[in-house]
Amino acid sequence: MTMTRVGIVGIGHTPFGRRSDATVQEIAFEAFRDALADAGIERDAVEASVIGSVPEYHKQRSMAGVIQEYLGLVPRPTWLTEVACASGSAAIRTAWLAIRGGVHDVVAVIGCQKMTELDTAEILALMGRVGEVQWESGFGTTFPGYYAMFARRHMHEYGTTREQMLDVAVKNHHYGALNPLAMFRKAITREKAAASEEVAPPFRVYDCCANADGAACVILASEATARAISERPVWLSGMGCATASMSVLRRPQLTGLPSAERAAAEAYAMAGITPRDVQVADVHDCFTIAEIMAYEDLGFCPRGEGGRFIEEHRSYIGGSVPVNVDGGLKAKGHPIGATGVSMTYEIVKQLRGDAGERQVPGASVGLTHNVGGIGQYCFVQVLTRE
Amino acid sequence: MFKWFGLVNYAPHTKVAEFARHLKDGRLVGTKCAECGATTFPPRADCAECMSPQFEFVDVSGKGTLHTFTTIVAAPTGFEHLAPYVLGLVDLDDGGRALAWIGPTVNAEDIEIGMELQVVPQMAEESEEIRVYYSLERPGTMWPRTQPPQ
Repeated sequence: MTMTRVGIVGIGHTPFGRRSDATVQEIAFEAFRDALADAGIERDAVEASVIGSVPEYHKQRSMAGVIQEYLGLVPRPTWLTEVACASGSAAIRTAWLAIRGGVHDVVAVIGCQKMTELDTAEILALMGRVGEVQWESGFGTTFPGYYAMFARRHMHEYGTTREQMLDVAVKNHHYGALNPLAMFRKAITREKAAASEEVAPPFRVYDCCANADGAACVILASEATARAISERPVWLSGMGCATASMSVLRRPQLTGLPSAERAAAEAYAMAGITPRDVQVADVHDCFTIAEIMAYEDLGFCPRGEGGRFIEEHRSYIGGSVPVNVDGGLKAKGHPIGATGVSMTYEIVKQLRGDAGERQVPGASVGLTHNVGGIGQYCFVQVLTRE
Repeated sequence: MFKWFGLVNYAPHTKVAEFARHLKDGRLVGTKCAECGATTFPPRADCAECMSPQFEFVDVSGKGTLHTFTTIVAAPTGFEHLAPYVLGLVDLDDGGRALAWIGPTVNAEDIEIGMELQVVPQMAEESEEIRVYYSLERPGTMWPRTQPPQ
């Protein structure tokens, strides 16, 4: 028996930002309802849901069940996937596996997060445990601190500059301004970014993405059902997934993410394409250096040339691979469980030709790159249309 | 006694808990697999190479080279009073790595990737409870309590 292809037949996405008006299940509902309407199917057609989210940000324990109830999908199955900031892509992967395996035919994937439920003290306490708690957290490590160490090493080995990093922020804010769902919708200058408050040198505030609330939903179906539902399904043609050592103490190279390199190779091979075939990409720019490392890990440019890639505007529309033209995590906001699904949403919009002012003309092959933690997890998807 | 390790400790129970007692005595140790001989720092009980659970502690020199570093300006809970502090990651001459604060024997303006540093056991004197850690210092720096009286 050949395994079915899996198509995306419906997409939904809430605005990203602070949502003091809604619970996490209410936010999830908005994205789900929009995805059903987009697919043109009834709720009853959905056989199961997979929730991508990071539970420690919510007061509600075991949230998948609460969301399932609020969406009106009880008594169908649901479960939660958690791999830090890549939880959304992990949810898509498990739904894809369930359809490929013939267990379900139509599955809704909802990535959602309400990070502003926690107060500053709770966020700071949580921040103290982002690293490996046995050997690293006792020294007061932080998320920006880890990526700042990657950045310093990248600068040392390849001559990457502060200006090149800030150029990533400038690009992503430029495109964020064109995305009605983005948290920050204002273009910035390199000077403004360079003058922002210091966080963990070389990083300043504008090198870092922002905590946010939000949800995104994609509805997946087997090939036959996808063709019956949709006139223009987008296919999950390459699905890569890999890990790297969580601890920086046991990861030889810090100038790239070995998980991303491996996941990309797997996704390219499955889709039968090379990096040169990618026409639009959404990558995990949790910090400016992370996007530069992604250009290299994904093979958009040789190792060490990521800085030049942004400096020469090769990741702008009109360049060799437009990257994060939805604003990226940087300007769109990063509600961690929602982010992976939001990336897939954006690439589907691009491949359908529905991305409006930020449309990459004629795009038919797109890619998502969703990283968990400091690279201990990476998911890469190649998406195509016919 | 692994609860002694770190100014904030999130993982008090481990098979390599003796590490903290050695650190309190001014001794920096890694682990060596009793079966295949693989050594590692920081310690781990179960061999990453051959999966043997048999290990012994071995002294490590603590000499290393700075791989990368940053300064934590925005600090998490329990570290606010220390900020800003410099975190360094060193490649150890004996293999493995250590992540720790760069201590007062190193001038902030002299810190650069590739410089030689020494991992030195430390004990927080002002704490009522036992608190041990290690810091990255100028090569040749001794464990504070073994230094000759001035």
